[in-house]
Amino acid sequence: MTRPAEGHDPQPLFELIEVEKVYMVRRPGSVFSTAKVGLPALDGVRLKIRKGASVAIVGESGSGKSTLLRVLLGLTRPTEGRALYQGRPIDEVRAEGREFARQVAMVYQDARGSLNPRMTIGALIAEPLRHFAICPETDLPARVKALLARVGLPAEVADRYPSALSGGQVRRVAIARALASEPTVLVADEAVSGLDVSTQAQLLNLLRRLQREMALTLVFITHDLGVASYLCEDIAIMYLGRIVETGPTNAVLNAPAHPYARALRRAAPEFFAPITEPLPGEIPSPLDLPPGCRFSGRCDRVQPDCHLSDPALLRFGGPAANRAAACFYPLTESPTAPQKRDIHA
Amino acid sequence: MTDVLLSVEGLTVHRGARRILDDVSFSLGRGETLALVGESGAGKSTIAAALMGLLAGQARVEGTAAFDEAPDLLSLPEKAWNRLRGRRLAMIFQDAGAALNPCYTVGSQLTTVLRRQLSLGRAEARARAIALLESVGLNDAAARMSAYPHQLSGGMQQRVMVAIALACDPDLLFADEPTSALDVTIQAQIVRLILDQTKQKGASCIFVLHDLALASQSCDRIVVLYAGQVMEAGPSETVLRDPRHPYTRLLKSCVIEIGTSELDPPPGSVPGYDDLPAGCRFASRCPRALPRCRTDKPRLEEVAGRSLACWNPEEAA
Repeated sequence: MTRPAEGHDPQPLFELIEVEKVYMVRRPGSVFSTAKVGLPALDGVRLKIRKGASVAIVGESGSGKSTLLRVLLGLTRPTEGRALYQGRPIDEVRAEGREFARQVAMVYQDARGSLNPRMTIGALIAEPLRHFAICPETDLPARVKALLARVGLPAEVADRYPSALSGGQVRRVAIARALASEPTVLVADEAVSGLDVSTQAQLLNLLRRLQREMALTLVFITHDLGVASYLCEDIAIMYLGRIVETGPTNAVLNAPAHPYARALRRAAPEFFAPITEPLPGEIPSPLDLPPGCRFSGRCDRVQPDCHLSDPALLRFGGPAANRAAACFYPLTESPTAPQKRDIHA
Repeated sequence: MTDVLLSVEGLTVHRGARRILDDVSFSLGRGETLALVGESGAGKSTIAAALMGLLAGQARVEGTAAFDEAPDLLSLPEKAWNRLRGRRLAMIFQDAGAALNPCYTVGSQLTTVLRRQLSLGRAEARARAIALLESVGLNDAAARMSAYPHQLSGGMQQRVMVAIALACDPDLLFADEPTSALDVTIQAQIVRLILDQTKQKGASCIFVLHDLALASQSCDRIVVLYAGQVMEAGPSETVLRDPRHPYTRLLKSCVIEIGTSELDPPPGSVPGYDDLPAGCRFASRCPRALPRCRTDKPRLEEVAGRSLACWNPEEAA
């Protein structure tokens, strides 16, 4: 997502143009048939991530967050559309060598599962240092110590095994490992979920400090809107393989334009607020998408034509607002008329 | 509280040399909802397990828990427990997918409870089960009866759990983190469902939660636990609007709401049960700790409309 205030628009670090990813799967319930059906995990995803940005990708399970992540990391090639890193296709850049993997580091959701239980923390952190030849062998212990200090762990942790660490400490080790290759982009998948609130708050402060100090580009996948608003300037809200709303986090959360964004916002617990009427229904199966807008079956503002075609993600509120929503009847009234018909449908 | 349903006094649980619950006391009125909150290892689930008679054999339990006309749940023989559990005390577990038996259909798991506890006949139990599934918002309930748990989504599995728990109109329902494995919009649905259903049946409910904001929205009373000790307890409005215990205040300050710009979490993490201070268990992380906090354990006392265990409480906000 580009910042309008910076004048001339530099080339974004990542750019996804109409990315579509269809997985071929066996039709559920058919045990013997080998016929496959297409499961659209991503559909018409457009996203720009500028250098130094912090972007939260928010959505419920099945919304395509993880597939989007795999596309960004070059682990999955899109079926349609283009996924670019500095203007070049990601899979091409990735195939050239280790440089892309060094630049773009990943913190996995299951931090403990991502660490080999038979290696000490020191060895685990030294591994990426060796792999990317970051420093000479003799400097390794000092480097490991510095990385541990950077994520707020004492040096003696280096001799321990992952099983001896708490959940919060394990996450810190995973972050230290990701930072070892001196990346410019940090991609984190639910890096603070499932932790106690005080540990979560400590980690969020750590990530925020690291992002500022190292000028990292941060792509943060989360289901928690509070976490998104604390850590990220920009937000992209996904539903069933589509980005339904993007924009500056605070603007989007204070005045959501897409009814799904508003429903998510309302579902987040808030001190002493009365419990609001929850959004009815569940996310439909991507194998059995409703016609027209994918959210139409659960939307309280649905109109007959929402069932006819799928709204595209279009900008509204002028270039300064830097917002876009995929809805025929968005909640925020804007001077530039909201879209009426999807040209991409 | 006019009509007390449950009154827990001095509940202490030892596991080996460890005191995993230390002198926990609280009470709950009929029809009220209570939140047990705290970080992992605080003893929230242990309290629920102790009051359901589900603690494993090696745990040693002290204290009393008066429930309705029963003077003490904790000294009941196993047979008496079996008459209470499922019928008057019920529990909704955290992970419905793991709590439901994968080898039996939803209908069979639901009718088993009804036939065993209420001695209903086959047809009667089936009719009642379908009505229950409908009341928890499962559409096409008759067809769902023959579904296996893996054929349902996480939200629907949790709805089935709620239906099983409420099958015999219990007086007291435990909900152990009933929504933490679910998506945000589904979480809201399930919380709403549990609150609506318990209110409708006049049941009391004890929620085990880690989300203070959710506790403030859904529960009448709150008990804040840290490493097995009660730090502060009382009406959730009183306790959460103006927390007096440093731990409650810190816990509240760690909750991220939309628009939160600064977080100031306490350093360190919850201590292990092997190296607890002799006095207040929060003393090692407490910003207001006095020398005596580490040696003398503060008692729960009535302060400003709530129970508080602290030698150096915060001033009124």
